[in-house]
Formats: sequence, C-alpha cells, structure tokens
Amino acid sequence: MEIGLIALALILATLLGWLLRQSFNTQPWVAEQVSDTAHHGPLGDDSNTRLIALLGLLAVVTSFFALIFSAYALRMELGDWVPMTEPQLLWLNTGMLILASIAFQWTRNAAINGIRSRLLPGLLVTGVLTLGFVLGQFVAWQQLQNSGQGITVNPSNAFFFFLTGAHAVHILGGLYVWGRATIKVIMGNSDGAVIRRSIELCTIYWHFLLLVWLILFGLLLST
Amino acid sequence: MSYVAIADRDHEQEHHDPDTFITKYIWSQDHKVIAIQYGLTAIFVGLIALGLSAMMRLQLGFPDEFSFINPENYYQFITMHGMIMVIYLLTALFLGGFGNYLIPLMCGSRDMVFPFLNMLSYWVYLLSVIILIASFFVPGGSTGAGWTLYPPQAIMPGTPGVDLGILLMLASLAVFIVAFTMGGLNYVTTVLQARCKGMTLMRMPLSVWGIFIATILGLLAFPALLVSAIMMIFDKTLMTSFFMPAISSMGADPGYTGGSPILFQHLFWFFGHPEVYIVALPAFGIVSDLLSTHARKNIFGYRMMVWAIIAIGGLSFIVWAHHMYVSGMNPYFGFFFATTTLIIAVPTAIKVYNWVLTLWEGNIHLRVPMLFSIGFVFTFIHGGLTGLFLGNVTIDLPLSDTYFVVAHFHMVMGVSPVLVVFGAIYHWWPKITGKMYNETLGKWHFWMTFLGTYAIYLPMHYLGFQGVPRRYFSMGNTEFMPDSAQDLNAFITISALFVAATQLLFFINIIWSLMRGPKSDPNPWDATTLEWQTPDHPPKHGNWGHHLPECHRWAYDYSVPGYEDDFIPQNVPADKAPAGRDHGGEH
Repeated sequence: MEIGLIALALILATLLGWLLRQSFNTQPWVAEQVSDTAHHGPLGDDSNTRLIALLGLLAVVTSFFALIFSAYALRMELGDWVPMTEPQLLWLNTGMLILASIAFQWTRNAAINGIRSRLLPGLLVTGVLTLGFVLGQFVAWQQLQNSGQGITVNPSNAFFFFLTGAHAVHILGGLYVWGRATIKVIMGNSDGAVIRRSIELCTIYWHFLLLVWLILFGLLLST
Repeated sequence: MSYVAIADRDHEQEHHDPDTFITKYIWSQDHKVIAIQYGLTAIFVGLIALGLSAMMRLQLGFPDEFSFINPENYYQFITMHGMIMVIYLLTALFLGGFGNYLIPLMCGSRDMVFPFLNMLSYWVYLLSVIILIASFFVPGGSTGAGWTLYPPQAIMPGTPGVDLGILLMLASLAVFIVAFTMGGLNYVTTVLQARCKGMTLMRMPLSVWGIFIATILGLLAFPALLVSAIMMIFDKTLMTSFFMPAISSMGADPGYTGGSPILFQHLFWFFGHPEVYIVALPAFGIVSDLLSTHARKNIFGYRMMVWAIIAIGGLSFIVWAHHMYVSGMNPYFGFFFATTTLIIAVPTAIKVYNWVLTLWEGNIHLRVPMLFSIGFVFTFIHGGLTGLFLGNVTIDLPLSDTYFVVAHFHMVMGVSPVLVVFGAIYHWWPKITGKMYNETLGKWHFWMTFLGTYAIYLPMHYLGFQGVPRRYFSMGNTEFMPDSAQDLNAFITISALFVAATQLLFFINIIWSLMRGPKSDPNPWDATTLEWQTPDHPPKHGNWGHHLPECHRWAYDYSVPGYEDDFIPQNVPADKAPAGRDHGGEH
C-alpha cells in the first residue's frame, strides 16, 4: 500500500499547507470589519471555481490509480505472477497521446492569445489523436486476446486489462467534455471567455491523463 | 453545465425561480430540496435496515422460534443491515442530507456552486439504492457475505446470494461512489469558493468544518472501495484471480490461481476505516454547534476543535490494518497500527474534553437537541473507550470475533452518530419546515432511545468477555457459555425491539408537526449562525433575497458581556455590538 500512501500524503500535505496558511495565528473570536482579502466573492470567480473542482477531481482520480498501483505491487509478490510482454503497439499509442497533449496545449495557447481561427483545427487534431489512442488500445486488447494472452491467463494480464481499461474510460470521459467544447466552437455563438476556460481546463485534464499513462506504462514495462 | 454565477443573478432572480411542481420538488436544483430528498431516501433505507436488525435479534433472542428466519437469510440480514446503515443511511444522510442543507446556508451562499451536478448526485444515489433493494428480489436473494464482503467466501457457492446478489451489491456500491464523488466535489468547491463576504475559513461553524473534512476523506477513500468492487466483479464474472486463491469448491476446481484475499482486506479497510470518520466528523461538527447554542456559551477551544478534526481525518488513513489483526500480520506492522490507532485517541479526547468544557458553567437549556447532544457525548465516550481496548493487538485477538466488537462499533458509530442525526433534525426542523415539534414527545423519544440503547449494548460487552461469538446464527451446545448468556440475549432482543418501536414517537412527532404544529419563530434557539438569519422563513430558493449576508464574527458569540441579548448573530457588524469576547484582553 506504499504507493497509495505516498500519493495520499502528497495530496494531504498540499491541503494541509494551504489550511495552515488560512488558519495560522488567526483569532476567530475577534469580530472586525470585513477585509476584502477575506472572501472569494459570493460564488467566487467562476473560472477559479471550475479549476478547483477539476483539481478535486484529479485528486480523486490520483487516489484511484495510486490504489490500483498499490494492489498491483502487492499482488506481484505472490508466486503465480508471470510477467507479461506488452504489445509493441503501445509505443505507437503513447506517441499519439503525447501528440494529443501537445496539440491541446497549442490550442490552449491560441485560445489565450485570442486566435480563434486556430481553435477548431487544434481541437479536431487533438480529438483525432486521442480517439486514435483509444482505438489503438482497443486493437492492443484484441491482439492480446487473439494470441491467447486474455485476461484470465495470469494476474499480470488481468491487471494489464484493468489498468489500461480504467485509463481508457477516463480518456473517454475527457472526450465527452472535449466534444462539448468543440461543439461550442463550431456553433460559434458562445462567449470567447467561456470557450477559453473550457479549453484551458481540458488541457489540464489531458496533461494529467498523459502523466498517469506514462507512469502506468512505465510500471507495466518495468515489471 | 451552463451555469450563471448567481452573484450576477441578483436582479434576475425571479426568472430563475422554479415554478412548476416538478422543477420545484422533483428535478430540483435547489440544495435545500436536494437535501430533503437525500434525507428522506436515506431514512427510508435506514428503516429497512432497522427492520433487518429486528429480525436478527428475534433469532438470537429466541432461537428457532421463528420459522421464517433460516441461516441463509440471517446472513443476508446481517450483510444488508451493515451495508445500508454505514453507507446508504449515515454517509448519505450526513453528507448528502446535512451537507447539502447546511453548507450553503451556513457559508452564506445562494446554493451549491454546481446545482445541476448536485441534482444529478441525488438521482444517481437513488439509482444505487434501487439497485441495492433490487438485490432482495433476485433469485438467490441479496448477498450474505457480511458487510465486509471478504473473498473468497463472498463469491463462492455456499454463501447466500452468490450469483446476482453479490453482483448487484458491488454494482450498487460503484454507482453510489459515482454519486458521492459528484456531490463531494460540489461540497468541497462550495466551501472553498462560495463563502459570503467575511466568512473566513476560521469563522466557519464547526458543522461545516466536520462536513468539509469528512467529504475530503470520502473523496480520497471511496476510490479504494471502487477498486476492490471492480476487481471482485472481475473475479466473479471473468474468473480473474485478483483476490481468489487456488481453491477447491465442493470437490471441484473452479479455476482460480493464487490470488490474495488479504489484498482485498487491505483495499477494503483502506476505505473502511476513513469511512468511520466520514460518519463521525460531521457528527462531531454538528454536536459542537448544538452544545454551544443550547448552552449559550462559545465552543471551548475553537481552533483546537478545527485542528482536531483535521488531525483525526489525516490519521484515519494510517490505521486501517487494525481491522486485520486476526488476519495475521508481521508483528512490527501490528505494533505500528496499534500505535497509530491509539494516537487517534489524542485529538478525539481533545474534542471530548472541549465539549464537556463548553458545558462547564454554561446556561444549559435541556431542550430536545441538547439532550441528544449530551447523550452523544456519553455514548461516544463509552464506544471510544472500548476502542482503546480493541486497538491493542493482544486484546483484540481474543475479543475480535465476539459480541464485544459488536457492542463497540454500535456504540461508537451506530448509536452515537444516530443520536446526533436526531439532535440535528430536531434542531434544524423549525428552519427546514417553519414548524415546531412537540417538546414532550421529543423528550420521551430521547430518553427511551438513550436508555434503551444502553440496555442493548452494555450487556453485549459482558457477553463478549464471556466469549459469545458474533456472526453465529445459533450458539448450539457450547460448553464455555453459561445458560444465562441466552437469557441475556433474550433481554437484549426485547430492549432492541423496544428501542425500534420507540422510534415511532419521532415519526409521529414530525408528522404531527407538519400537519398541526405551531409556526416556529425564525430563530427559535437564538442561534448565531447564518442559516437562522435568512430573510424568509423557511428560506426560499436563493436563500438570501436580494442581498447576500456579510459575516462579521465567528459563530460562537454567546453571552458576550455588555450586550443586551445573549447571542450576536454572525452578520451583526462589529460597530453594532461588542467586537468579540476577549477583544479587550488581546492587547
């Protein structure tokens, strides 16, 4: 469970540091005039609110994957574990996911600089690359299944399918949000700030899932 | 979600108000309505679980008297009782119910920051409840694996509900976790982003603190349950061997290879222990506010109370293996987990001392919410002390499979949070409905429940010391148990049925209040927190009318010297009332 604990410790330490800054040396029992620094506004700045909700979601997803990694490490120690050979196709898929992240970053920069003409091509390229990644993963599962390396053969196979499947589901969830952002751009009647905010948040999510994939892939390769 | 920041909405408030019955009460995005939906659903399944416990007690108190209880459905009763009470009642009621109602009102916001997501959270929760209840009616019935669902027995023939029952249970948990995550992200973001002007974190009422930290625990711990549920579904349906060891079942080889049942236990309790505090922390927070309000005194050691909540939350993640002493472990691990477990007693004891010190020289009003709060302090101390016994490996091993453990966890996370639930419902009932309940009936409800639970659980500790094993359908001819153990068991059953029946008083009271109850004052307890200062009573959609409140002080300005009233609401400016209790002494 060390991996789970380390991930958790990082999340909790971040939270704790922030809470300390909020509460250190305050005297809550003293009433005083409201100072402007002491509030975030009635419903907060909307983009900030969404960013915080996204960061919260990323913490949950981090916990989810860290716990599967923990289970992986614990299960690996048992006698029946036979390391499996990962399909070579995963390298290609990894490349596509990296490119998708780069494309999203490029789109985001365009959105921030107000270059609206670049948004749709950027989003479409990102979408195609990401879909390519998911399809590639699907093909890899098929290859394994056909070569007699199905999910029941060995726990290492079972974990392979579970981990890559869970990651793919998170990518598909991201694609849903990407789809909404893309439709907004195509319809062209949304506020520029709204679109920019969606794209910014999506980019963070894409980079995060790329990071999860790289760690996951590294774990699979090294064991 | 096309969400218009409500801050910009003030002038167009009218246009957004839900006007049909459906948008107002069914597909509502108003946090108060969603809170009530969560609360009613949770209480409904809680009543089912209460009925199940009555059936178990009938069997234990009067073995073989009731032909409709056989070993199979006895185990199904145990399992469903435990799972429903812990997750579908307490977690949903404290976070989905009280969290939803109190966070926006106490923080001075108009609603949760993502109202649509909030609505979705409730309907997905309802779906998980429906899946859970459906498992009663499928062939083979619901699962009888025990609420911990330990493999291999949970998915092996011989356990009740091994086919569809266990799958529906796991699916229902997964759906519940999705619902909780949607709600939880909303609560956390609302606390962080939507507090009114002047509501600093360290001015938030402790109820909000408790719910806030419990939600964070839930968000980080529920994934462990999700992971284990998915892996168990794989083991069951796809014949993988995450948890299932090489095992023969009734002479046949089901085809599993060396999986690890212990791995499941780690994952389950990595969720399971924080879950205790997901239920306890909101109770801690709420009880702090109730004690302070009804004792007309500021909470003792507010900052310490906040940090104790945070410390308990953090520590709860590194004690999980104390549930697994009997599974066997490296003695150093046992030592580690015993130490961390006992360390949790420190912040918890701080809280208990502070509650008692809040009462010290207070102007105590023994109204119904206060009775339940003080009752909680008693039951929580008793349940907590037996926790110190069980935290030690050497004491846990002989006691772990006895009634002692049943008594311990029912006192500490059954009775205690439920007393707070009742206290909180009585306390906020006037705000939620605008009506008063019958005080006398409420007091009868408290005393019969409080004394009745002691009649149930005190003898159980004794039975545990005698070695009476838990989980058994019937005791058989066991030499070491005196015959009087059975007499005590019959007494416990009668007490349990009595306590279950007295809950009718509660329902009679609230139904009477809804139909005939007198109108309540907008602030019947003279409380300081913002939810009692709303312009409408009960608060309407948007909570605050045209102007958001401003917070000028903490939530505990009770009996401040030099002020005419014995309370100063949080929205009273510093120049209109004394600027805090110790203001003069701070120079």
